[in-house]
Amino acid sequence: MKLTIGHLYPELLNLYGDRGNIITLQKRAQWRNIEVEIKEFKLSDKINFADLDIVFLGGGSDKEQLLVSKKLSKIKSSLSGYVADDGVIMAVCGGFQILGHYYKQKGELIDGLGILDIFTESENNRLIGNVIIKTELFSRPIVGFENHGGRTYLGSCPPLGKVICGYGNNGKDGMEGAIYKNVIGTYLHGPLLPKNPHLCDYILQKALERKYPGATLSPLDDAIEIAANEYIVNRFA
Amino acid sequence: MKKILAVWITKFLIFAGKLAGKKGSSTPGAVALKICPDILKWLSGQVKGSIVAVCGTNGKTTTNNLLYSILKSQGKKVVCNNVGANMLEGVATTFISNTNFFGKLDADYACIEIDEVSTVKVFDHMVPNFMIITNLFRDQLDRYGEIDITIDFLKRAISKTGDITLILNADDPLVTAFGRETGKKCVYFGVGEDVGASLNETKEGRFCRFCGSELAYQFYHYSQLGNYGCIKCGFSRPAADFEALNVDLSDGLSFTVNNQEISVDYRGFYNIYNILAAYSAASLIGASLENVHKVLGEYKPQIGRMETFTIHGKPVILNLSKNPAGFNQTISTIASDSRKKDILVVINDNAQDGRDVSWLWDVDFERLGAVNASSFTASGIRFHDVLVRFKYAQLDNFSSEADVKAAILKCLEGDGEVLYVLVNYTVLFSTQKILKSLEGNK
Repeated sequence: MKLTIGHLYPELLNLYGDRGNIITLQKRAQWRNIEVEIKEFKLSDKINFADLDIVFLGGGSDKEQLLVSKKLSKIKSSLSGYVADDGVIMAVCGGFQILGHYYKQKGELIDGLGILDIFTESENNRLIGNVIIKTELFSRPIVGFENHGGRTYLGSCPPLGKVICGYGNNGKDGMEGAIYKNVIGTYLHGPLLPKNPHLCDYILQKALERKYPGATLSPLDDAIEIAANEYIVNRFA
Repeated sequence: MKKILAVWITKFLIFAGKLAGKKGSSTPGAVALKICPDILKWLSGQVKGSIVAVCGTNGKTTTNNLLYSILKSQGKKVVCNNVGANMLEGVATTFISNTNFFGKLDADYACIEIDEVSTVKVFDHMVPNFMIITNLFRDQLDRYGEIDITIDFLKRAISKTGDITLILNADDPLVTAFGRETGKKCVYFGVGEDVGASLNETKEGRFCRFCGSELAYQFYHYSQLGNYGCIKCGFSRPAADFEALNVDLSDGLSFTVNNQEISVDYRGFYNIYNILAAYSAASLIGASLENVHKVLGEYKPQIGRMETFTIHGKPVILNLSKNPAGFNQTISTIASDSRKKDILVVINDNAQDGRDVSWLWDVDFERLGAVNASSFTASGIRFHDVLVRFKYAQLDNFSSEADVKAAILKCLEGDGEVLYVLVNYTVLFSTQKILKSLEGNK
């Protein structure tokens, strides 16, 4: 079995150890004898989403995110098709904002991909700190770190989870991230996947099922990852 | 009168702090500024010659101390915040501790390192004649936000100065952009040849600050440092006024700058930049460079900058490694040491370290798999995160020990000929203390 991960624009969207998410997806697949190919795309590259099993979008600085946003119209329809076809997307921070309708920053409206029914508006002070959220997907919480000036509001799209500790999407409604079909967006980095092996495996499983119906992931020894997750929960929850 | 009172009280607080065993403190300066808000303006105005400000993510303390050593060797009186108290209050403490009891400062020069975000505040009180910017890397993103925010702070600070000369790292496109963006007079230092030290790292600032195109590189040194140019708008590495050539990293560091040979026994490619920056500043403020080779050779690295201890006959090397660029340079330096080694990584997440430890994933821990290491140990408040990083880098023989002293003792039992202890900021002084006491108990 083989999974192909498309890492979109890592040269621009790589702010908070995002590479760690790719490493974690790769290793946890390889440790189960699933072959992994990672394709890194530059802004100028043409992307054939039909070749991809997981798409990853990381966070960038406002300046770099703006460079990305200007080129998004190029991939808008093909990425929508990928999502409609149950394609898996993991998007963190800036990548999460990009998936929404728009990002309003200092009065300027920057168009998003419109894949998630969400929108974002920036405020001056940043929301920074450790985060713990509870989801309906897992009994174990998801932990991470957030650092964002944008406040994201959900439309019809359900959140990824509810905030136990931290700010979440906007610091007001107690919601964190968004989930729609096989698309997960969140503000949590840290990076996200190394300390949340359950979430990493959920993503791998969705990608695997789509390509190889009926395939399942064999269990791994996650004692170290779980201890790191529990440390954050015990310290901050 | 207020000034004298502020000086007395501050001197008393510094003295009391010393009795309590504190190194470089900001509290006395904070009190002084409260009593007399003009105190730093008044004192910095008494410096006879130039004031040099040293900024940049990595290398501030070493650069500043090298410059201080060069000037001291010539019998000059220099105000310097050696131990790195680099915010407004710490700078005030430093100046006051150099005055006599009447608040009179007898100083030829001042070399002051300043935290980038603090420059805006500090420059209201102390206007430097020269400002070194060593480099700009991602560091403590939770405190500074994005690197663009740090750049804005520096620009605002520079705009407050009049006739300043910027001493800039020519190899860092984020730094040289200050030349064009501020319109100030600039002097550049850099490494003019490919020394083959480049890595596949997460790079900052790979896009032209002026037109947004991707920069093309002839060669990289590390991170975004190298010989770059923008094909679209022509922004490129400026010619360096102080350029290192004939670089040899095989044993310590040796290179030439403006035909003068420099050779030192400490390691680390990044130290070439620290030396070049100090050399450039010394030259520009008119110091003699005749003995500079000797001074640099005799320079003893500061606390935790590849600082060596001998414990139970085994060399132990302590190095501060607090952000990806610095940590990756540490790994390169370790890789150049062929001895069998044990490696201890101690990471805290206190406010001064940055609460966010995600930067550990921008460090190429994978490269530690090929440095002849016999074991890896994780310690510090965030040892769990280090352990996960070890696991995903697929290193062999890793474990954890939360208590730093116990971790050191355990590592000393390893089969390495040398022990490397890599720490971030808030655990630096306490680890140094442990190593010193272990060295004492022979």
